[in-house]
Amino acid sequence: MTDDVILQVKDLKAYFKLDEGLLKAVDGVSFDLRKGETLGIVGESGSGKSVTNLAIMRLIPSPPGHIAGGEVVFMGDDILKMSDDGIRKIRGNKISMIFQDPMTCLNPFLKISTQMIETIVLHQGLDKKAAKEKAVDMLKLAGIPAPEKRIDQYPHQFSGGMRQRVMIAMALSCEPEILIADEPTTALDVTIQAQILELINELSERLGTAVILITHSLGVVAGMCDSICVMYAGRIVERGTADEIFSDPRHPYTQGLIKSVPRLDKVSTQRLYSIPGQPPNVINLPDCCPFFPRCERAMDVCKTKYPKVAELGDKRTVACWLYGEGK
Amino acid sequence: MSRFIVRRFLSVIPTLFIIVTLSFFLIRLAPGGPFSGEKKLPPEIMANIMRKYHMDEPLVKQYFRYMGDVLQFDLGPSYRYKDQTVNDLIGNAFPVSVMLGTMALGTALLLGTIVGITSALKQNKWQDYAAMSVAVLGISVPAFVVGPILMLIFALKLKWLPTSGWLSSRAGALTLIMPIITLMMPYFAYIARMSRGSLIEVMRSDYVRTARAKGLKESVVIRKHVLKGAMLPIVTYLGPAFSGIITGSVVVEQIFVIPGIGRIFVQSALNRDYTVIMGDVIVYSIILIAANFVVDILYGLLDPRISYK
Repeated sequence: MTDDVILQVKDLKAYFKLDEGLLKAVDGVSFDLRKGETLGIVGESGSGKSVTNLAIMRLIPSPPGHIAGGEVVFMGDDILKMSDDGIRKIRGNKISMIFQDPMTCLNPFLKISTQMIETIVLHQGLDKKAAKEKAVDMLKLAGIPAPEKRIDQYPHQFSGGMRQRVMIAMALSCEPEILIADEPTTALDVTIQAQILELINELSERLGTAVILITHSLGVVAGMCDSICVMYAGRIVERGTADEIFSDPRHPYTQGLIKSVPRLDKVSTQRLYSIPGQPPNVINLPDCCPFFPRCERAMDVCKTKYPKVAELGDKRTVACWLYGEGK
Repeated sequence: MSRFIVRRFLSVIPTLFIIVTLSFFLIRLAPGGPFSGEKKLPPEIMANIMRKYHMDEPLVKQYFRYMGDVLQFDLGPSYRYKDQTVNDLIGNAFPVSVMLGTMALGTALLLGTIVGITSALKQNKWQDYAAMSVAVLGISVPAFVVGPILMLIFALKLKWLPTSGWLSSRAGALTLIMPIITLMMPYFAYIARMSRGSLIEVMRSDYVRTARAKGLKESVVIRKHVLKGAMLPIVTYLGPAFSGIITGSVVVEQIFVIPGIGRIFVQSALNRDYTVIMGDVIVYSIILIAANFVVDILYGLLDPRISYK
């Protein structure tokens, strides 16, 4: 089982030095990603999901941000210890990323062809003509009609959904091992969302690419992911397979999240559940469980110490005083 | 594109017409006139002069007479420099100002963008702080301070450069150096600050993050993905800057005794030399309109999102 793990994140920490204090955006995150697996990272805005993945690519804006510790082992090498040249050979080639807002993520001044070809030429050493053919093929795979013609257009001539398709085609053009999709559908129309997710699913399966899907929507992960990490205030509070998380959520936060998803199968006249309170400010956070002020089952120990991570089985963990030793 | 150019070109005509008409009447509202000198002239002589320049006619008639001449590219005689026409005056002085202004703006653009880019890349390091301090100085210290200080150091103390003069004088091209530096300082400083800010903004944009995530080298990211977007605001600024640097050269021309149009403009206004003022207004309007016109076209070429139909 362990030998097909392609990415191992161990105790990753990414901090931002701000005027108000130290912001621990990511504080000790660990997870594994297996070949071809789809991993969902779920959490509220500001829970550190995006920063975790920018840290994996070493793309955290610095200053003010920096990686304060941990390891990101990709195919045997620690990305965090690599030279700049080393990480550049991985970016866009072995690990690619697509982002939340396709309207702003493509360079408005360059043709799609220029933007796609530069990646292919850089990583695959093809000449421009061959690279363009490859780019057209990728656009076709990504469901762009008349790609031979569209490739010579500028981003503003595409709709939002089409631009996200272009981003996907670009990200997958070097057949990466991992695709990191950072809220790929948040900025899109609901009807387009499903199409884009379906496309990511289909292409990653076809190319054998593992996917890290970052989202704040449980509905999105439910349909797509093999396993799920739930993040809260910069840490992973619960981890497990999609089945485990949905059928047997353990952390009160996860339970709250699942309760607050509207259900179609149960007709209910009750108000939709919502977790009371606001997500915490992670600047100068004390060493407690950051969820305790909102937690229905908070105990005294929660206010003084961050819970130990309890192992509940293979790849199943939960960080809560209700489980493990602290029980 | 060509239809846009033709249409824009035609729209210049009414604009110019309005400018000329307004200024014709406005300057005549100002007290005094070209011949109200210190010495009172005998009324008979005054009447003769007035008749010679058709100033005894009703204002509306004068206006139509002037417009008729302008349409034939004749800006009339100067009321003060009796042996010269406005066409001669402007024709001799204007190229001097354009040359000085173009060289100064070119230098400002080149140095400004270099300094701005360096600052942005070394953000919050000593290079950045040094460059931005120079820029603040450049914006806040006026030409009538910079000019004499340069003159004091390089002409009087070090004797490297001539104090004043223009190309035709014995010192030749050396006379250009100090006026260009003095004239370009505020523009250089402004361009440096603007390009720094704009570059930093673009460097933080989503599409530049995409470019980095593709594995491109930082130098390629800057050259290919950052520069074009970051330079657009500078291009916009160049239009007004070009007309501003030509009009704004008055002080510099005065300090370094340069036979440019700025001096003529100021003197004609003080002298109420109506025809010369009108000539200047027309020339400046054309420069401003033309500079903005060129910027619009450049914009269309640089930014694919803008298309002219």
